[in-house]
Amino acid sequence: MTGIDATYRKKRLDRGIKVRSDSVFAISSYREILYLVLPRVVPVITLLVLPLILKGYWGKVLVFACMYGLLALSWDFLASCGLFSLGQSLFFGFGAYVAGTLSYYLHLTPAITLPIATLGGGLLSAALLSPVVRLRGVYFAMVTLMLPMLLMKMIEATGLVGGSHGLSALVPFHNEWISTYMAVVTFLVCLFGFRRLINEDYGLVLKAIRDDDRAVMSAAINIYWRKIQALFIAGAVGSFAGAFMTHHYQFVGMSAFALDYSILPVAAAALGGPGTFAGAALGSMILVPLSESLRALGGLRIALYCGVLIGSVILLPEGIFHYMERKYHQFETFVKVG
Amino acid sequence: MSTLIYGTITSIVLALYTLGFSLTYGISGLANFAHGALYILSGFIAWSFINQAGFPFFLSALLAILISGLIGFAFYWVLLLRIRGIALSELIVTFAAGIAILELLTWRGFYGIQYSLPLFLRGGIEIKGVAVDYQRLFVIGTGIFLLILLYLFVHHTKIGLAFRGIAQNERTALSLGIESDWIGALSLAFGSALAAVAAIVILPMGIMESTIGYNVLIYALTVAIVGGLESTSGMIVASFIIGFGQVVTARYIGAQWMIIVPLSAIILVLAIRPSGLFGKFKELEERV
Repeated sequence: MTGIDATYRKKRLDRGIKVRSDSVFAISSYREILYLVLPRVVPVITLLVLPLILKGYWGKVLVFACMYGLLALSWDFLASCGLFSLGQSLFFGFGAYVAGTLSYYLHLTPAITLPIATLGGGLLSAALLSPVVRLRGVYFAMVTLMLPMLLMKMIEATGLVGGSHGLSALVPFHNEWISTYMAVVTFLVCLFGFRRLINEDYGLVLKAIRDDDRAVMSAAINIYWRKIQALFIAGAVGSFAGAFMTHHYQFVGMSAFALDYSILPVAAAALGGPGTFAGAALGSMILVPLSESLRALGGLRIALYCGVLIGSVILLPEGIFHYMERKYHQFETFVKVG
Repeated sequence: MSTLIYGTITSIVLALYTLGFSLTYGISGLANFAHGALYILSGFIAWSFINQAGFPFFLSALLAILISGLIGFAFYWVLLLRIRGIALSELIVTFAAGIAILELLTWRGFYGIQYSLPLFLRGGIEIKGVAVDYQRLFVIGTGIFLLILLYLFVHHTKIGLAFRGIAQNERTALSLGIESDWIGALSLAFGSALAAVAAIVILPMGIMESTIGYNVLIYALTVAIVGGLESTSGMIVASFIIGFGQVVTARYIGAQWMIIVPLSAIILVLAIRPSGLFGKFKELEERV
């Protein structure tokens, strides 16, 4: 590496087509339109077609991937306003337990429990975390890491909502097609919705909070209220995943607060590249099938995620998505220096 | 009376859990989320030396402490050095490494009744009608001894001076020739070694399981947050508050509600005084 650095350096240039198609007015040819549209349309079509092709076991894996993807998106959303969560399972667990309790004690169908659990889980998460939105970075992460573990112990100790046995025999989805497509469509809506939202005025404020919260405060914006709103949105997305999985398994138990749901979304976002949502989605689409095919390894799977996580943080800090994006938009050449 | 005695024991145990974590954080600002994993790992290292290599107890304990310190040092030098200063990455890497260690231990089958460290001292005495075994008294002694030793070390040796220098102001310390990476690695090594000491005195009172690692991490974080992260006196006071809170709760309300104590302590402290009981103002700026 040092030998190359001495006389050559890497030069990156935007492709002409990128420069032209950056501006809406310049779109004049099919080629340029395709250049813009293809990276968005191909994944959408792939995801919509996959349930038709994948049957049985791998169809279920696709649903898992979408649900973990939702958790990863929710992580990425929180991260883009400076809240680093290590406890996505908190959101997941809230959704799962709200849906589970409603379904178990009142025998409600998923059509009713899912919306209630989504909103209720979001509200619960925002309410529980509202005392700690004043914390930043590592401190917020510490609290979010502990809360699901403590809640899990509390359920175990007090025996509330099923205790360590959980609640079983819940109302299932009537139609597998509907549930599969609901998972896929929610995932896609969430992905593109977040990508849009973060570039609107609302999202810009959130990103500004991450970059410099004092500056946002001096613009007379209540950053704590904004952070609570962000927590509600992220919590609702996570809770939807939890509620969905509850009806999918027809069971809810303490495992809803398990570490899997915290560590995999972070691993997915770190692998795919944080900050773009597409990275988080891509990461979960890679990691979940990978981990399902390694199911035989049992507990070693989590160790494997951790390995992926450490590796991607250290070796490819920008993430796969940023890497791909760069290759798509830019030439790289070595130019001679001096 | 028994509340008083067992409250003290629980508090000292909590303080021992937190000591290493707090030391590392206080010096290099590195929140070592692998602390619980290192704690239980050193327990298993000691166990393997005793039961598989057949070493005497004190030799294996010493070796376990040394190895744990080396692991901490290597962990810093191999992994953390590359991402030093990026708070999120540090967090992810220590957290992931901790979970990886714990899950690998579980996967290797390190759980069950046969895995327990021997007691140092058997038997016990009665203090004012309350039976206490020697091991628990020994834990109290170790806790106090370690605190004094640490105080002396930090205030009266060159490395201790360098520790305090880095903790106060990293750049100024650098300009005086204190290498921050070296000190950072040493602080992590010391933190891990302290975790090992805690493991060796506390673990004989129960069985060893990798899930204990998570509990240790939770308690260490709770005590550290409640006390104010880098303050030693805050840490001691916080561990007494939580320790006594737990013992009193277990006695008068019911053992299953014990877990409420750390949870409510954290939420209360963060809502009222975000920098922790003894945290400094500098910390407040940084945290809020």
